[in-house]
Amino acid sequence: MAILEVRNIGKQFDNTKVLDNVSFSLEEGNALAIIGSSGSGKTTLLRCLNFLETPDKGSITVKGETLFDASMPRREQEKELRTKRLHFGMVFQSFNLFPQYTALENVMLSEKLLAKEQPDFKQKKKEIYERIEEHGVELLQQMGLAERMSHYPHQLSGGQQQRVAIARALALQPDILCFDEPTSALDPELTGEVLKVIRSLADRKTTMIIVTHEMAFARDVSDQLIFMDEGVIVEQGDPRQVIDHPQEERTKQFLTRYAQG
Amino acid sequence: MFWNVTQVLLDGLLTTFQIFLFTLLFSLPFGLVLAFGSMSRWRPLRYLIQVLVWIIRGTPLMLQLIIIFYGPGLWLGHNIWSGNESGRITATVVAFSINYACYFSVIFRGGIEGVPAGQREAGEVLGMTRSQIFFRITLLQMVKRVVPPLSNEVITLVKDTSLARMIAAYELTFAGYSFMKSNGLTWPLFYTGVFYLIFVGVLTLLFNYMERKLDYFR
Repeated sequence: MAILEVRNIGKQFDNTKVLDNVSFSLEEGNALAIIGSSGSGKTTLLRCLNFLETPDKGSITVKGETLFDASMPRREQEKELRTKRLHFGMVFQSFNLFPQYTALENVMLSEKLLAKEQPDFKQKKKEIYERIEEHGVELLQQMGLAERMSHYPHQLSGGQQQRVAIARALALQPDILCFDEPTSALDPELTGEVLKVIRSLADRKTTMIIVTHEMAFARDVSDQLIFMDEGVIVEQGDPRQVIDHPQEERTKQFLTRYAQG
Repeated sequence: MFWNVTQVLLDGLLTTFQIFLFTLLFSLPFGLVLAFGSMSRWRPLRYLIQVLVWIIRGTPLMLQLIIIFYGPGLWLGHNIWSGNESGRITATVVAFSINYACYFSVIFRGGIEGVPAGQREAGEVLGMTRSQIFFRITLLQMVKRVVPPLSNEVITLVKDTSLARMIAAYELTFAGYSFMKSNGLTWPLFYTGVFYLIFVGVLTLLFNYMERKLDYFR
């Protein structure tokens, strides 16, 4: 069974349809790439999955649990919403690291705050914090940032900041990790280091959704690819198939424009 | 004579300092509450606070002080502020706290709104509660933004305390002026100025220190 089922998601801002009837599913351990021009609704789709936007229509199911269904009345408490959010991790285009915390503190913050809600927190505070710190250090090492843990975000390059952001998103072990154009705010020479990290996550079978403009990367790394235009999924399937042999006219046009730069 | 003047001025300074300290103590948190209210999703509250801020910023502090001190006595028939010095100081602190809270609320709102939305969103996707997001993420970034405009207001407050003379609270300026009235001496007035300069000088150093302390992040 798929880990994620998205059905008929629709979203409107004022009178503009940003998402229309978007449906797809994702298998555990797979990477899904979403491509398309700006304004095609890719980012809004990710934001809906992370509950930063509320869809007007459709449903979202993770591991068989319906997290969102527009047809059901919603009056949820903050606590429920937070629990639902934790199924997803999010890496933003502009990193959004917390500037007042070091790289390591950025990674540990959410875990520490969640630990406080455990009933035995008071008795085991020291052990819990030690474990969290170990975990944070380990994550940053994985990102190749062992030397940068006590640096503040402004002391790091864009690529390093984005890798810290990835570690931060991984800290809570989300079921599905979302990337919103993770390299679009980076200088070209820095995109490589971030893509390398995402590739290694794919190799370790991390379930991911990657919104990206890096076509070659999407083609190599993902197991499944979606092309979106004007809020609808125009074409989806095997990445090599879609990119090398697009079936739809709009996909062909997009890829041609893209190839011309 | 010099020591006599010094002693009287120090007495006045104590009152000035009390007004200053208690006004800050009340107006800073109250200002933050007003700032939240002015950003509330509930429209009536937002409008109410906008009107309050308009009235308070739109009228002289001296007028507000007079109304708060004399108003209750005239309307209720008895003075709620005891007639002694401490009653006058209390009335001053109340009037000043309301006034400064309004100015602070505007500064705080600017500081909060200046923190990029991405910071809040990053907190949300990490499963933080609204209060965690405010206290762990927004607050310090806001403080860093508001220190310079806040320092302006706080320094203005030091000098505004001299308005308390209006309701006969014996503060620093009143003390310096008393020598001119009774002895025809003008030099205590300049001496009074030195007291203010030192007070503000210390505050300036304090604010510079805070700015430097918060310089570790950007």
